[in-house]
Amino acid sequence: MNKFQHTFIFALYVSCFNFCFATSQVDPLDSPSWESMHSKILNNEPVIFDDRVQISMPDFAEDPMNVPVSVQVNNLENIEEIVIFADLNPIQKVLSFQPFHIKPYLSFRIKVEQSTPVRAAVRTSDGSWHVGGSWLEAAGGGCTAPSQGRAAGNWHETLMNVSSRSWIKNELGRVRFRIMHPMDTGLADGIPEFYLEYFDVVDAGGSVLAKITTYQPISENPVFTLDINKEILKPINLLGVDNNGNRLNAQIEN
Amino acid sequence: MKIPNLNKPIYLLLQIFLMICLVQQVLAVEKLDYQLEPEQIAEDTYVFIGAKEDFSYENGGNIVNTGFIVTEQGVVVIDSGPSKRYGQQMREAISKVTNKPIIKILITHHHPDHFLGNQAFQDVPIYALAETIKLIKRDGDGFLDNLYRMSGPWMSGTDFSVVEIKALVLKQEKIANHTLKYFKFGGHTSADLVILDESTGVLFTGDLVFHNRTLTTPHADPENWLKSLDKIKAIDFNIIVPGHGEVANNIGPIEQTRDYLVWLESTIKQAVEHGLDMTEVLALPIPERFGSFGVLKREYIRSVSHRYPVYEKLIFN
Ligand SMILES: [Zn+2]
Repeated sequence: MNKFQHTFIFALYVSCFNFCFATSQVDPLDSPSWESMHSKILNNEPVIFDDRVQISMPDFAEDPMNVPVSVQVNNLENIEEIVIFADLNPIQKVLSFQPFHIKPYLSFRIKVEQSTPVRAAVRTSDGSWHVGGSWLEAAGGGCTAPSQGRAAGNWHETLMNVSSRSWIKNELGRVRFRIMHPMDTGLADGIPEFYLEYFDVVDAGGSVLAKITTYQPISENPVFTLDINKEILKPINLLGVDNNGNRLNAQIEN
Repeated sequence: MKIPNLNKPIYLLLQIFLMICLVQQVLAVEKLDYQLEPEQIAEDTYVFIGAKEDFSYENGGNIVNTGFIVTEQGVVVIDSGPSKRYGQQMREAISKVTNKPIIKILITHHHPDHFLGNQAFQDVPIYALAETIKLIKRDGDGFLDNLYRMSGPWMSGTDFSVVEIKALVLKQEKIANHTLKYFKFGGHTSADLVILDESTGVLFTGDLVFHNRTLTTPHADPENWLKSLDKIKAIDFNIIVPGHGEVANNIGPIEQTRDYLVWLESTIKQAVEHGLDMTEVLALPIPERFGSFGVLKREYIRSVSHRYPVYEKLIFN
């Protein structure tokens, strides 16, 4: 984004300054697509812009194919679902995270096509959405470029292979894992959409710790970071499927 | 909706402030004058010192150090700057120092702020390392798009594909009263040319050395970069011209570049090994001794984006 656009956006902020002051129901990011996001992704259900929902990411995309994003929810009870979306992406919905028996923390990487708000919306059991997020500046090209595995032609050799590492830190266990998948958006010329649809994170006793539903904007060979209770029964399994019916069935060894 | 009275004066002031900002920007951009002032640093030797900033509409990409040596036979130019316009204005500024012809252009490496002024010197042989020429062909289009986006009108007319660059094969050459030594190092990119003028002891390091300006790492090989810094330190020089930041007469800029590079690599590597994700690494504190570097936070974010995935691959394999 150049200085003129910065100034323009700043001017937009200034023009909405008084409004924001008066009520918290107005989109603090002043996105042109907020209303449509509210109806399309949040079903026009009640929304509270809430500081307890935090998106952490750089303010600009050095690599629009791999923008690191973490979502963290603090002091909010009865979380049912956390939806991540990017208002101005060609495909807005990025991910849905249902933390059943797990901390409401998740990190991953996304593809973006242009500057956009990136938001997390947390639905609590009372049916309201708690929304947080910030603007990401990007020059684009992340969604319409073919995946590297597609370009190299060798993606099928490693499809759904999982590598992982885990750590114990301050009463918490952390797992990071990578699932090999091209995650093609369908927006690159002649390459159909091909992406992981969802996976469950299951402990050794069979209980589902979390469900993660993934959409096309998740980066190629997605990497996820989760914090789990260290008493969780190991090993943990990942069970899921992509939009072509390929199964994910992997055990996180360590 | 009721607008609280309290905010109205602030709102007005902000509006006025914004108008002033806009007018100033428009004026700077319209002149498109880099205001290049050659600075003499040794006998026959001059540099143009760029801002310790990122590319912008305000600086037009003048964030780089370029230089020239006036030999008895003619002028040797080191790097041509970020745009055709910069090259032209550089040429104009050189002609105010000497009426000797420009006889040779040397390009230190393939980053756009160092070679996109080549068009202004098309009547002069332009040299770069063979690998640099390949890299310009590979990355040139992307660089050009990026600079048009970041520096806007300053770039108009700039194109790299129309300029022929010859491969520099010599290790050393005597041009009238100046003997130039050429070193093929690497690490900032895969080919970094370092030039020593043995006659004056001036060392042009290209971007292997930064001074009070944060390193850029999109094509870096840190291990090789550190080796190159050792070799640069072993060269007998009086004055060092870094790719970005002030000229110095000691090894300070070399040590500073090494210090940051070692810190950057070990910080990211350890963070990955301890299970931090990328956003957590971005939030790590940067030591105070780097606090005065230009473009610190932005380049740190960039470097994490370049280097974190490299170390992450190692823990997953
Ligand atoms: Zn460079």
